[in-house]
Amino acid sequence: MATTTLAGKTVEVNDEGFLVDPNEWTEEMATELAELHGVATPLTDRHWVVINYMRKEYFENGTGATVRKLGKASGVNTKELFQLFPKGPAKLSAMIAGIPKPKGCI
Amino acid sequence: MTNAVTDNTLGTAEQKATIEKVSIIVSKGSLEGIYPALIMANGARNEGIDANLFFTFFGMDAIHKDRHDHIKVATVGNPGLHMPTWAGGLPGVSGLATKMMEKKIEALDFPGIPEFIEMIHDTGAGVYACLASVDLFGFTKDDLIDEVDDIITVGDFYEMAAGGQIIFT
Repeated sequence: MATTTLAGKTVEVNDEGFLVDPNEWTEEMATELAELHGVATPLTDRHWVVINYMRKEYFENGTGATVRKLGKASGVNTKELFQLFPKGPAKLSAMIAGIPKPKGCI
Repeated sequence: MTNAVTDNTLGTAEQKATIEKVSIIVSKGSLEGIYPALIMANGARNEGIDANLFFTFFGMDAIHKDRHDHIKVATVGNPGLHMPTWAGGLPGVSGLATKMMEKKIEALDFPGIPEFIEMIHDTGAGVYACLASVDLFGFTKDDLIDEVDDIITVGDFYEMAAGGQIIFT
């Protein structure tokens, strides 16, 4: 485990860069995380729809949503998800939302 | 960020090998021939890997308008089903096995084949039909689902697949 400084706060991250403790996350960290992982900033309202949905899913169900679930339930469809997070919407939005990488094959 | 797939034994511990592009060929027309290929294509896109699907021979059923919603499990010559081959050939058995599989797929909230291909196309993956197969079966572009980006030759395929991994199912 490594530590990194985000929005002036030192947090623990795993070897892929996901925050170890989602409770340490603050909204101010999102932009820095996005820049670190190749998501275009500034983050738009549409990015935030996905990020907020991911955090809600995580705290309700213990895991973030897969792309399929995001496309069906977040209010952002699959095409737009890939425009917002081209290198993997579920993985990158989880990263920016400070939650673990979602599990699931579909 | 990069997607670590395997440790690159030739590099230092910090260097990870990555897959940037996959080209997946679907040559079979059974549920178990098509579905894993779709999972792999979709999974690649979700990891940020470029993906293209190429349908050839009986795999063309997966992108045929009249057939893609009626893909069946192969019950003959399929030892994984753990039933005698003669039983697999009885009328209705393939349909029954398919129904059972579809129920399980639905219970897990996995998409059926038509919805899955539409979703994969929405992720930005390419969907292509093989020209030789189109000619062989006497299909036209109108017989194929709207998600099909193009009908291409094997040469086009190799050009498109260059620099990536090729998976044949």
